Amino acid sequence: MVKKESSLKNMLIALFVITLFASASLGGIYELTKEPIAAAKLEKKNNAIRQVIPEFDNSPTSGVYKKAIDGDTLYFYPGMQGDKLVGTAVETFTNLGFAGEIKIMVGFLPDGTINDVAVLEHGETPGLGDKMEKKKSDWSIQFQGQNPASFRLLVKKDGGDVDAITASTISSRAFCDAVSRAYKNYMSIKDNK
Amino acid sequence: MNQLKNFTKGFIKENPVFALFLGLCPTLGVTTSAINGMGMGLATTFVLFMSNVVVSLIKNFIPDKVRIPSFIVIIASFVTIVELTMQAYVPSLFEALGLFIPLIVVNCVVLGRAEAFASKNNLLSSAIDGLGMGLGFTFALTTLGAIREILGSGSIFGVKFIAGDGMLIFVLSPGAFIALGYLIVIVNKLRKKGA
Repeated sequence: MVKKESSLKNMLIALFVITLFASASLGGIYELTKEPIAAAKLEKKNNAIRQVIPEFDNSPTSGVYKKAIDGDTLYFYPGMQGDKLVGTAVETFTNLGFAGEIKIMVGFLPDGTINDVAVLEHGETPGLGDKMEKKKSDWSIQFQGQNPASFRLLVKKDGGDVDAITASTISSRAFCDAVSRAYKNYMSIKDNK
Repeated sequence: MNQLKNFTKGFIKENPVFALFLGLCPTLGVTTSAINGMGMGLATTFVLFMSNVVVSLIKNFIPDKVRIPSFIVIIASFVTIVELTMQAYVPSLFEALGLFIPLIVVNCVVLGRAEAFASKNNLLSSAIDGLGMGLGFTFALTTLGAIREILGSGSIFGVKFIAGDGMLIFVLSPGAFIALGYLIVIVNKLRKKGA
């Protein structure tokens, strides 16, 4: 077969046919993967919620309520056992991170005590700031069972009760900022619920 | 051309990373661990293989003047397919590779092979070339990732064998350059011997 010459008509036809095929196949793949992608995202969220609050038997993601604050949104996922509230997972954020935004899931018991924390997303330095992740170090365990009413959510350098990660004061500060944002808003919103 | 030679040339002789120095951006960016390097390499292999096949099939249909835009559209489609599929079925890997998956579009290895090889050769040779080059790329990324993971985190494929941290610099960007530099020295030495 001889190569098509570069006349306007040939070029138009070639590009049109190629883009048509490309968009058709992309549309098909998009439809196919839409549901698995949504399921994977939901599963990830549920896993994080399960990590930070006591056992529940409802679906916290369907009872979610939001609060817009500081240019972003906090998400509250209430976990129920029967019709009793066992804890609320709060998806919180901070912009004080060493490398951009950090997203954290904080689980509160109904009285405001921190049950557990889990890092969702961050870009902190590997080996230093990423020690906030549970699988990297035990640093975040110090938050478990603390009530921010008496536990000051600031690093010790700033007069608080939190041991900073060695050589990662900025990341530690950011972490405290995110947790205390979650706490303050949880306390102010929970009585209205 | 001898098809076996065509296949194996991607590993050492014309390895995209060690010999052609193509696609260095994802090479340096994602190889913080062996598994990330391998995931990126295999994703690129799929795109390379598919785009080589398609380009080779329709090479006579595309007029010369619009060949580059046509190749880009074809490559971008396959990259998006990989991206969506990964997001749906291996979300953890997708998260680790993140931004670098869409960037396969502009990985010059892929366009380079489409332009320099697939548009001039028949289907079989192009398919084998794409597979060989892709696996060569995977080999380079996995090796680099493994070295950085061993030195930087004291683990291999996520299995820890040294308690605590390794030499952190190897997980960070400067370590990528250092490790790649030494790897290229070694590969060049091997190539000279073989020639």
